[in-house]
Formats: sequence, C-alpha cells, structure tokens
Amino acid sequence: MSIAQESIIKKPIKKRFKRTPYLLVLPGIGWLFLFFLFPLSTLLATSLQKPAGLSPDDGYLPAFKVSNYTDALAEYYPQFFRAFLYSGIASVVCLLLAYPIAYYMAFRARKYRNLMLVLIVAPFFASFLLRTNAWKTILSGDGLVVSVLNSLNLLPQERILNTSLAVIAGLVYNFLPFMILPLYTSLEKIDPRLIEAAGDLYSPPSQRFWKVVWPLSLPGVISGTLLTFIPASGDYINAELLGSIKDKMIGNVIQSQFIDLRDYPTASALSFTFMAVILVMIYLYIRKAGTDDLV
Amino acid sequence: MKIIKLMREKTLQVFSVLVIMYLMLPLAVIILLSFNKPKGRQNTSWNEFSTDAWTNICRDQTICSAFATSIKIGLLVTLISTIIGTMISFALIRHRYKGRGSTSLMVFLPLATPEVILGASLLALFLNIFIPLGFWTILLAQITFTISFVVVVVNARLSGMDSRLEQAAMDLYATPLQTFRYVTFPIALPGIMAAALLSFSLSFDDYIVTVFNSGRVVTFPIYIWSAAQRGIPPQVNVLASLMFLGSLLLVLIASLIIKRRKAIQV
Amino acid sequence: MASNRPKVEDLHLVNLTKSFGDFKAVDNLTLTIPAGSFFALLGPSGCGKTTTLRMVAGLEEPTSGQIKLGQDDITNLPPYKRWVNTVFQSYALFPHLTIYENVAFGLRRQKAKDIDNQVKAMLELVELTTQAQKKPQQLSGGQQQRVAVARALINEPDVLLLDEPLGALDLKLRRQMQLELKRIQTEVGITFVHVTHDQEEAMTMADTIAVMNEGKIEQMGSPIQIYEHPKTAFVANFLGQTNLFEGTVAGIEGDELVVKVKDVTLYVPLSSTEIRSGRIVFGVRPEKVKIVDQGKTGLPKNQISGSIKLTAFVGVSTQYEVITNWGQEISAFEQNIDPSDLGRPGQAVSLGWEPRHSFVLDPDQDLTAGLDTSWDE
Repeated sequence: MSIAQESIIKKPIKKRFKRTPYLLVLPGIGWLFLFFLFPLSTLLATSLQKPAGLSPDDGYLPAFKVSNYTDALAEYYPQFFRAFLYSGIASVVCLLLAYPIAYYMAFRARKYRNLMLVLIVAPFFASFLLRTNAWKTILSGDGLVVSVLNSLNLLPQERILNTSLAVIAGLVYNFLPFMILPLYTSLEKIDPRLIEAAGDLYSPPSQRFWKVVWPLSLPGVISGTLLTFIPASGDYINAELLGSIKDKMIGNVIQSQFIDLRDYPTASALSFTFMAVILVMIYLYIRKAGTDDLV
Repeated sequence: MKIIKLMREKTLQVFSVLVIMYLMLPLAVIILLSFNKPKGRQNTSWNEFSTDAWTNICRDQTICSAFATSIKIGLLVTLISTIIGTMISFALIRHRYKGRGSTSLMVFLPLATPEVILGASLLALFLNIFIPLGFWTILLAQITFTISFVVVVVNARLSGMDSRLEQAAMDLYATPLQTFRYVTFPIALPGIMAAALLSFSLSFDDYIVTVFNSGRVVTFPIYIWSAAQRGIPPQVNVLASLMFLGSLLLVLIASLIIKRRKAIQV
Repeated sequence: MASNRPKVEDLHLVNLTKSFGDFKAVDNLTLTIPAGSFFALLGPSGCGKTTTLRMVAGLEEPTSGQIKLGQDDITNLPPYKRWVNTVFQSYALFPHLTIYENVAFGLRRQKAKDIDNQVKAMLELVELTTQAQKKPQQLSGGQQQRVAVARALINEPDVLLLDEPLGALDLKLRRQMQLELKRIQTEVGITFVHVTHDQEEAMTMADTIAVMNEGKIEQMGSPIQIYEHPKTAFVANFLGQTNLFEGTVAGIEGDELVVKVKDVTLYVPLSSTEIRSGRIVFGVRPEKVKIVDQGKTGLPKNQISGSIKLTAFVGVSTQYEVITNWGQEISAFEQNIDPSDLGRPGQAVSLGWEPRHSFVLDPDQDLTAGLDTSWDE
C-alpha cells in the first residue's frame, strides 16, 4: 500500500476529500489564470494609462484616464458598427448556406456523409491566409467570375474586390465550416422517427420542419451562430485582404493601434469595449435561446 | 406530389454539391497556382505550367525556415495543450467537485474572446513584464487558446463513455491509476488524438494571436502575410498543398483503420 | 482454482445509511449475510437495494454505518482493495479488450501467476472458449452475461455481487441462467448477493431473501418463510398475490378466533396472532382458495360467496377474480388438472380456504403497500 492509499483509508467516512480533480485542473486553470485572465486585467490597466510624452516611444504611465474609452468610442464607433454588421450578415448567410447541406448530410446522404465531412473540414488543412488570398485571384478584375457578373450588369462598382461584398464573402467562406459542423451534429442526433411520427399525425412537410426539426436543431444553430459571429466580428484579415479602406472593421483598428501606432491605451480600451459588447450579446442570446453546458 | 418531392430532393443534393465545390474552390486555386510560373512577383494569374516550385521548394530559405518554425511550434503546442486540456476534461467529466462550474466557465471564455483581444492582451502582458517577444511568447500564446479546444473535443468523447466501465475496473482490483491506464485512456484515445490534430492545425495556421506576440520570429502564416503584398512565391503554394494533402492522407488512413476495426467486430 | 486465502466469512452490514441530501436511499440497514449462502435483496426499483450493493462493492460511500467481512472492517476500503466482485446490470464489459482479456483483467491487476490456465478454465466453465478472441460487441446478450460472471468469478472473491444481471435476457434464457448461477454458487461455495426486483427469480435462486422497501428491510427469511408468513402488507402484496380481509374479533372458538368480516364469519388460528379483540387484518394466498360452483359442497371452513368477474387461463393454472356481495375482489388460483365448468362472467360461485392458511398482519399499516410495484419492468 502506498502512502497515498493509506492516507485515503485512514480518513473518516464523512468527508473523503477528493484531491484528484483539483490536481488535474491545476495546470490548465493555472495556465489560463496566468496567460488569459491576468493579461486581460493588464489590458484593463493599460486601457486607463496616459501618455508619458508626446510620442509613442515615450511610453505610458499608469493612470485612471477613463476618457480613453469615450475618445476611442467616439472616433471608432463606425468600425464597431461595421464589424457587427458584416459579421451579422455573414452569420445569417452562413446559416442559410449551412442548414441545407447539414440537413442533407444528416438525413439523406447515408453513404456520402463521411466523405462530405472530410471535404468540409479539409480546407482547414490549407493555410487560411492562402485561401483568403486565393479569393483575390478568383475575384480579381480580369478573372472569370467578375467578367461574367459584369456582363450581366450585376456589379454596381464593376468589381468585387475592395468592396464590402468581398469582405462579407470572405467571412462567409472562412466561417462556413464552423456553422455546418455544429448544425450537422445537432441534426444528426434527431431521431428520424420523430419526423415520421409528425407526418403520421397529418403534418405537412413545411410544418414538419418548423415544428419538429428546427426546434430540435436549435442547440446546433446556437453554437454555430456563436462560433461564427464572435470570431467574425473580431476578424481583420478578410477586411485587410479583400476590402478597401472604407471597409475597415474594429479588428483592423485594434491591430493598427497596437502594432503600427503603438497607442496601447486606446487599443486596450477598444479591445475591452469590444469584448464587453460580445459578452453581453452572448449572454442575451443564450438567455433567450437556452443552453446546456457551455463546453 | 411525387415530382415535387423528387425536385426537392434533387435541389438539396445539387445545393450540397455546390457548397462543397465552393469550399474547395480556393484549394483548387492554391494547388493549381503551385504549378504556375508567375510572370512577375505576383502569383495571382495563370502564366505557364512549371514544376519549378515543386523541385526547388527551399530556394528561398526564409520560406522553409518559416515552415519549419511553424512545425516546431505546432508540435510543442500540441503536446502541451493536449496534456493540459485532457487533464481538465477528465476533471470536468469524471469528477463532481466544487469548482466545476467555474472551471467550465474559465475554459469557455477564451473561445468567446476574439483573437485580436487574445493576442493583444498577451502582448500587453509580455511588454509590461519585459519578456522579449519571440519563439517562446508565440508558444505561450498559442497554448493559451488551444487548451479550450482540446477540452471541448475530449469532453465530447469522454461524456459519451460509460462511467460504469471504470467502476468495473476498480471492482476488478485496478487502482485509480491503473483504471486510467488500462480502461479510460485507451477508450478516450481517439478523442485525444482528434484534439491533438485540432491543436496542431490551429497552431500551425494561426496568424492573429501569433503576429501580436512574435517579435522578429517568422512563422509560416506570418511569412505569407508579409509576402501577400509583394507577391507570394509559388513555393508557398507547394508547401501549403503538401500540408493539405498530408493531413488529408492522415485522416483517410485514420478512417480506414477505424473501418477495419469495425469490420473485424461485425 | 486453488485459493490460499482463509475461508469465506459472513458479511455484516451494521446501521448502514446512505442519504442523498434529504432523501434516505438506505435507512439504517443492519443485516448479516451468512458465508456461502445465496442471498437475494428483493424489492421494487428505488427501494435502495442497488445502492446497498454498491456500498458493499465500494462504489458508493455510506453516509454512516459499517460494512464488515468477518472481523475486517472494509467500510473505508476502496473497491480495488476489497475481496468483493460485481456482475453489473449492463455487464460493463471493456469494449476495447477481447473476451480473454476481459476475463483476465482482475488477475492481471493482482499480478497473479498462471493467468492463462485460469482464464482458459473459466472460459470453459461458462462455455465460451471459442469466443475468447472476440470483442464484447460481437457477442449476444446471453454470452456477454456469461463473460461478466466469468470475469468476476475468476478472482475467487469472498462475496460475489450481482446487480439484476438477468434483466436484459429473454425468459427462457433467464430461467436457464438462474439455474446455472445457482449451480455455480453451490459448486464454488462463495457468498452470492443477488439484487433483483423479480420475486420469482429471488425465490428460485436464493437461500435467504431480504425484502427491501424505501431503504429498509421489511422482512428477511427463506423463500418459504416470507412467502407463507409475510409480516407486513408490503411483503404480502409484493411477493405473489394476496387476498386481504379487514374485520372485527367476535370471539374465540376452540383454538380459533372468530372474525366478523362484513356479514361473513371467518376463522383465524389463535397461534397466528396475539390479537384477541378489536380490529384484525388477515390474508390468504389465492392458490390456497378453492372455488366451486355455488351450491356445491366440500369447501374448507372459511367460506365466502360471490360472482366471477374475470377468468384467466394461464396454462399451468386458471386464475379467477371473484366479487363478493360487498364489492371486494378476491383471487383464487386453481391448478389445471381437468377442464372445469367454471368461468362464465357473472357465474355465482363459492370460495373456501383452511383457517391455518391465513396469516395475520398489523392492522395499522398501509394495506396497499407493494401493490402497484408488482408490474414486471
């Protein structure tokens, strides 16, 4: 008997304290505390700092400059708005595209579903920067797509690149798998006999969908939209590669504030505001739609 | 009535195929352009067929060293975050303890945090405590966000596993450690492997969090980004295609193994 | 299967309690299970029998109380330190190991010698030698069940715990396995503790039965004892079927009590109760009740008349539901020897039984206890 085992045996019945879960969780939670929570609090502190001198090279001093927030918001609220608008549109489009294919995989494509899953996940294995960049090629002015659309007079600006359309299209492309997978998982769990039962009880196909399939797939819809909307709203790659200056999102602003302008207080203030808005949205969304465990 | 139903089915089918083609399109472009000999620096339109990029992948050393750096970081990140994440998952699923809800919340938060903020906050941290940016800060940053993904994947596998199997093991004289080694771990292994694979792809492909914390170090995505304006050499396409095909192969082999095992069972 | 451990001991449960919040799953249970016996814990679902079993196995921590094997207090020992093995209701076979490895598992953890021979012998005992290299998913339910038994038995535990192991099997297979298990137990001499809700199963296999209800033991004894002499309404109703009568003592005649039940006079042996006046509740099992067409003679002393409500031909017997003139339903079972002239609904009949077949119950209790749990799950 090891010492550990002996000590377990000698403890009274009443409360056998289990150390195991705490030991297991310690490295991970410790890590997240150190490299996630703590940095966020540092960020908070930074967001309240004031400049030490006139140029960014002079650095910043600890302070309580709340005006950082108001100034930043006043200046950059368009980009905030644009970020949520673009990612909102992208999420809706993703849902519309993803639902049919997830439905098809879950209920119809017995033989091909695994192949389809692989094909959907496959793009992840190629650099997403390259993929987004590839859209530049596909959507370029002298490319096939634009030429065809132009000849049909469908493009108001006679191009796709460097427009908001391109940015949204890029967001949709990048996050579509994130919408398909949770939807598929949810739909796949639905017992097809439920749908049959509804049909047996005189329900027409449209009702069968809305009254049976849709409600049961809601958990997947929720995870899918969250997994799409949140990263999309913070994205700046698509805006950078595919959009024009007028299409900058809040992610671009934060990035340039941090890296180029080195205005850390403003950048931090923007980051926190952004995160606060996201958390509130998630909370409201989940409250309204209901949820199980978070992970 | 039947015809409408048939039409509905067909449209669904066609739609799904179109979506998959849509997802594959950029991949096709990437692979195609790897065989291109670009006119100038920009490899954005087709010029002429050439296997030059394939035979001289490392002509530009910086490309290959960036690739190697990404692989190194990827492997380390995978190792560490898979271990840490799996441990958390076990605690969450197999034990009932007081901090369970808060652990779950803490693990979920990074998933809800946009990458810009993850990257930025770590940058702020490193700057404030004067840690030089480079290989190690990239590592630390990437581990931070991959842990949550590992937990999600392993959770899915573990929660589907019958806890009575572990009770049976203990009933049969296996200590908790032995139970883990001979029962829990082998059964959870597919989930852990999937989580590891996911970690690696997330790490290898990460741009935003990495670029905030990379200092002078160049990872593969960082190289691509910086090259995007000037012109991405076709060798990059070659490497990306190799990664893609390699992972596809891995997945195929894995599914074949699973199929064979299932075939033996039936 | 040589064993050099000391001989099997009695299993003692002392004041064993398990609470989940306010709910007492097991309520101050004290019980001694004799070494080498086939012991059944019988009761409806939720009565605490499985919880008790799990506490003995070490898979559940008691809230208070003790578990002792002979002189050894094993209450605080983890399951892997107890010489107790469990056959789980869902078998819990390891899906990633072959049958051979499943059976060998316990021996390997104990670092036993000569594992191969022991496993082979055990597989032969349960007739699964040809399946040794297969995985559990490839086996039928009955085969899986035998693996579960083999896997536990091979370790020669002092006590083998069986948690409703036959529940998932079809009737014929279940009957077969009941006899198998009984045979193995007699051969091997280990204490078997069998948890079940099926009273027929308990009575077939066990030497001693403890009937459990709501965390407590209602009655314990041999199958015959508790069947013929139930002490509570729960036991009377749960085990087989019962006709219960409420009446008042009218007097004493010889060695019998005279009881007035509505307008009928019935007799109960003095030796079966201490009650001499006032309210009395007594019962009689349907198979002891004779039923004849009204007007015929030859009935035992206690007689009631009524009319047939339902007849059910069950192959071995015919079961009659008779309504008395005061509206009480009485069951009577007749063994099917010759075809009978009884059975038309509404037919006027007379019922009779010997006073010595009655058993008396405490009048101040819920007389419907144990009734609606007689459904098979």
